[in-house]
Amino acid sequence: MADKKPLLAFDDIHVEVEGTEVVKGVSLTINPGETHAIMGPNGSGKSSLSQALMGHPSYEITGGEAYLNGESILDMEPDERSRAGLFLAFQYPLAIPGVTVANFMRAALQSHRGKDADMSDFRKLFKAQMDDLGIDHAFATRYLNEGFSGGEKKRIEILQMAMLQPKVAVLDETDSGLDIDALKTVAEGINRFHNDSNGMLLVTHYQRLLNYVKPDFVHVMMAGRLVKSGGAELALQLEDKGYDWVAAEANQKVEV
Amino acid sequence: MADAAQRQKDDLSLLNADYATRYGFKDPVDYFHKGARGVNHEVVEMISKMKNEPRWMADRRHEALDVFLSKPTPQWGNTKLLNEILYDNIYYFMKPIEQQGKSWDDVPEYIRNTFDKLGIPEAEKNFLGGVSAQYESEVVYHSMREDLQKQGVVFLDMDSGLREHEDIVKKFFGTVIPTDDNKFAALNTAVWSGGSFIYVPPGINVEIPLQAYFRINAENMGQFERTLIIADKGSRVHYIEGCTAPVYSTDSLHSAVVELIALEDAYIRYTTIQNWARNIYNLVTKRATAHKNATVEWVDGNLGSRLTMKYPCIQLVGEGAKGEILSVAFAGQDQHQDAGAKVIHAAPNTSSRITSKSISKDNGRASYRGLAKIHKNAVNSKISVECDALLIGEDARSDTYPTMEIDNEQVRVEHEARVSKVAEEQLFYLTSRGLSEDDARLLIVNGFMEPFTKELPLEYAVELNRLIELEMEGSIG
Repeated sequence: MADKKPLLAFDDIHVEVEGTEVVKGVSLTINPGETHAIMGPNGSGKSSLSQALMGHPSYEITGGEAYLNGESILDMEPDERSRAGLFLAFQYPLAIPGVTVANFMRAALQSHRGKDADMSDFRKLFKAQMDDLGIDHAFATRYLNEGFSGGEKKRIEILQMAMLQPKVAVLDETDSGLDIDALKTVAEGINRFHNDSNGMLLVTHYQRLLNYVKPDFVHVMMAGRLVKSGGAELALQLEDKGYDWVAAEANQKVEV
Repeated sequence: MADAAQRQKDDLSLLNADYATRYGFKDPVDYFHKGARGVNHEVVEMISKMKNEPRWMADRRHEALDVFLSKPTPQWGNTKLLNEILYDNIYYFMKPIEQQGKSWDDVPEYIRNTFDKLGIPEAEKNFLGGVSAQYESEVVYHSMREDLQKQGVVFLDMDSGLREHEDIVKKFFGTVIPTDDNKFAALNTAVWSGGSFIYVPPGINVEIPLQAYFRINAENMGQFERTLIIADKGSRVHYIEGCTAPVYSTDSLHSAVVELIALEDAYIRYTTIQNWARNIYNLVTKRATAHKNATVEWVDGNLGSRLTMKYPCIQLVGEGAKGEILSVAFAGQDQHQDAGAKVIHAAPNTSSRITSKSISKDNGRASYRGLAKIHKNAVNSKISVECDALLIGEDARSDTYPTMEIDNEQVRVEHEARVSKVAEEQLFYLTSRGLSEDDARLLIVNGFMEPFTKELPLEYAVELNRLIELEMEGSIG
């Protein structure tokens, strides 16, 4: 980890949804090779933060700065952010009727490589990645996320990540709706993808994914703010004791 | 907002320019025969004389003209646009060359170039069993593979069909669509010229598609091709039709009549991709009769034109007959696609399926107008109708006018209609993977069309996707 230039850095990010502030000043820096986890109860603003980072038009960033690889991303469209190396694995991936997984994946990869780039390796690459994630090749010709189970959708999200090889991957509740076998496969996929030159941000309510994907840093988000940060052990504490004690601590801090 | 409006305008002119570049080129033609504007009994007599027709056909034409002149313009659909048609300003008959070619070398170079640009000779080499190319009123090129000729398959332009197979034509002409069916069918019957005549003998399976291509070149041209396809007992045939025209500032009229007859156990599929310039009135009557255990399928794609009114129909007159109508329509700026489908069940154990997909963009309007009728005797019949409309932009419009007339109770009828918009969430999902918003929207639209596209021969599917891409370019979400 010689190069310590941050991959993703955001500073005092504020997000509004329909006029309501849901993220109230969050700062975080992810360096190459690092895995961060943001944990928090429902409604803490962690999913809004991920959507806003990717550029969802309904999540307006009203304050702060965000840099990907040293470049400000807030003026970029979602597709530009993607091509710059940001990836968001959706909590609820959308179905696109009539568009096969393979055609979609080819179009996405083509957009990353450029309109005229060679795609002759696509088929081989795609098959290899499907094999790694234990995805039946029949999925290649199925319509994207149409009629997929929760677990299948999440696997396809990880497949997209593996194909696009982003610099920073934000995984929004990727563990939700997965049974234990699916969770393990997905976690293996994440671990296979993760290396010294990329960064991970896991956004999750529960720590069960963190049993398989070890975070370097854990941050607790409550009411739109990061209220506590620590190492992997913090996730276990949350698992044991819930979120209330962190809330109490945070309130105390505010009061003092 | 002024910026956005200007951008939209620029995008649209670009779009038109694109059609113009690809299909909108015009040939300066010295016509062998170019009649006067307007239609009357003299024009009708002249057409019939030039074609050297038997008297019964000439009489049929004159009767039809009287019907056309006496029938009012339809009082339904887009009456505003219909009332704008200037019948006296239209050329009803133009003969580009004296004699039809059997090889592309026989066709004058400028016309050959036209069809070259449209990719017809290339397609003919690669995957077609026969090709007919119509330019204005007449077929200028025609050929069919020898093996099919040997099997007795007849694929001719309609004029030659009448000359060489008068008995068959006389037996079936106008039996599916009578002269007085509607104003435009009457007009077609009066001034028809060109089109395709196909007869497939009993038991013959024409494995590769036969294709006709209709090209309007002149301004204010009226093209009135007449197509008659008869599949005799147990035979099979797939016919494909494509249409384009240049871009002019004043309107042209395309008013075809297509009659299909599938005799016992026969199968006919009729595939159309019409891609008209935006000043074409496309008013077409298409109807099929399916006899006992026969199957008829209309695969009907409508792009371009100013106003299209087209409702392919299947009459299931024999027990066990099946019909399927699969259509898509794309209505862009200032266009109205009034399309739909009709199925008439007149025998027991008949089944039909209608799948209609429409896309409206900018201020375009797509209407589905459908009829599903089950007669009293058509017990144990099934109809399924599915209409799917996709709207792009705030001003796009879609309407559905389904009519159901069910005269017996031992039937199963399903009807589903959906209107959807390209959802912001879907766009975000796709753009978050690196696709530009335009590419994302195009992907969603192509996906929407997929149930249709997958029914096309590969070459046509590719072409259709390309046409949709042209239509979608610079679209304003």
